[in-house]
Amino acid sequence: MSQATAEATLPFEEALAAYDPVLGLEVHVELGTNTKMFCGCATAFGAEPNSQVCPVCLGLPGALPVVNEKGVESAIRIGLALNCEIASWCRFARKNYFYPDMPKNFQTSQYDEPIAFNGHLDVELADGSTYRVEIERAHMEEDTGKSLHVGGSTGRIHGATHSLVDYNRAGIPLIEIVTKPMTGAGERAPEIAKAYVATLRDLLKALGVSDVKMEQGSMRCDVNLSLMPKDSTTFGIRSETKNVNSLRSVERAVRYEIGRHAAILSSGGKVTQETRHWHEDTGITTAGREKSDAEDYRYFPEPDLVPVAPSAETVEALRATLPEPPAARRKRLQSAWGYSDLEMRDVVNAALVDLIDETVTAGASPAGARKWWSGEIARRANDAGSDVPTYAASLAVTPAHVVELESLVTGGRLNDAMARQVWDGVLAGEGTPTAVADARGLELVQDTGALQAAVDKVIAANPDVAQKVRDGKVQAAGALIGQVMKEMKGQADAAAARQLILDSLTN
Amino acid sequence: MRMSELTRADVAHLAGLARIELSDDELDKMVGELGIILESVATVQNAPIDDVAPMSHPMPLVNVTRPDEVRPSLSPEAALSGAPEQDQQRFSVPRILDED
Repeated sequence: MSQATAEATLPFEEALAAYDPVLGLEVHVELGTNTKMFCGCATAFGAEPNSQVCPVCLGLPGALPVVNEKGVESAIRIGLALNCEIASWCRFARKNYFYPDMPKNFQTSQYDEPIAFNGHLDVELADGSTYRVEIERAHMEEDTGKSLHVGGSTGRIHGATHSLVDYNRAGIPLIEIVTKPMTGAGERAPEIAKAYVATLRDLLKALGVSDVKMEQGSMRCDVNLSLMPKDSTTFGIRSETKNVNSLRSVERAVRYEIGRHAAILSSGGKVTQETRHWHEDTGITTAGREKSDAEDYRYFPEPDLVPVAPSAETVEALRATLPEPPAARRKRLQSAWGYSDLEMRDVVNAALVDLIDETVTAGASPAGARKWWSGEIARRANDAGSDVPTYAASLAVTPAHVVELESLVTGGRLNDAMARQVWDGVLAGEGTPTAVADARGLELVQDTGALQAAVDKVIAANPDVAQKVRDGKVQAAGALIGQVMKEMKGQADAAAARQLILDSLTN
Repeated sequence: MRMSELTRADVAHLAGLARIELSDDELDKMVGELGIILESVATVQNAPIDDVAPMSHPMPLVNVTRPDEVRPSLSPEAALSGAPEQDQQRFSVPRILDED
């Protein structure tokens, strides 16, 4: 049983008054390829145990790996999107260690010849400023198997009597993206860490190379942190907190480690170089194993795989496939759509950018697209524990439905209240907006005779209000419009009712 | 040439990394034997290699790849058939000591 006891920490402000944090982030991304990195086994998530394995990924004698072409292409595209240089020639390397999650007793990785290196990613912070995160390298490797620890009370290794291993995940392509040490971040270190991971996630999603689901482990983050005294430029001893797997946790883990290191250093102690475990529930880290030196992994060039040597033409062809960077795209769309900063932030946070883009492209107004995708459907999606795009797809509700609904309003068939009823019907699976309006008999009364009769009736019943309007208080007409709409059971065009009231009282 | 300076601690460390349990006697013996092996191998360092690029692969091939197309995997039964122990369609392995 691991003891998740909190160590002493110094308050954040106090820690930063005395020390400068040095931050490094290692992000592992599982590529969304159909097959594993070195064999043709499928990569489906959630398949039954050991059903996606073969002699290569089980490390059986005599099996020979062959590189997945798409894996290399994805790695190069990621490198280019991170403004990296791409190696013209590089090799895989064996990282040797004995642990049952890799049946080969080594992980095929890259060592001193990463496919991509020396890049950067600009990260936008809440105050509108930009911090440039320098990228050390992005290299190709493979994921490990999954272990179930049996016999312990918590599923952790401590107290377990044995472990059960499923190798479906072993060999799935991973790209490890490593930043250079970030200095000068100061109190913004936790925010920068979170913003970097969020920006990287959006970028990888836009590249289409991974589903980047942190909660399913297809994107995982390790946080390296050390402190140095304010007047020093010599890095301190770092800790490496593994598997910090949500954006919020990245921010919290950085804060926690800053406080923990500061408490050790300010009391004259020495930070141990080790891996740390992040505890999501309590927000603390606990000691893991002491960090092995790189030489303990006895890296050497993988003899079973020939070098990867992408030509300049190949690299340029892949560069041409890069999407518009997400931050630039958001700026462009916000300007085109005329959204306020707050409206755009809400739309981004609700993952609606693509859906609204499609809807506007299909012919809807930006305001209408935002309105229909963020009202009732957002509430229902939230109740279903989903986001709007996923939920809409599950209902087969499309941008074309929004365009059609809006045209029913602008064409004068529906008023806004009726349009809301029609949208409810569409979300309930009753068909297209026109079909729902037909089936529910929703249509503005176009018969001006009936509307005029209602207007006359309401004016007669409210002589005081009518007089105010005659005397020039036009805003008093609002009370009359409401009553006319009631008379018409909501099936009138409020603008037409207003015009008729004014015409009746001013002529 | 420092390889002949292999120490008992080096051998113990390597044995740990390789998960090989060595008795004190075996350690003493291995320090001597491995030292001799390393010295013998070290003679290749006398070869004139100034003009020779390091070679990790004997064949002058690069970019040998396969398309990203799924090929049949083993059945779970076949995959597990060589496992000394199995449970719940998984490979059962001894607990991992002192690591978490």
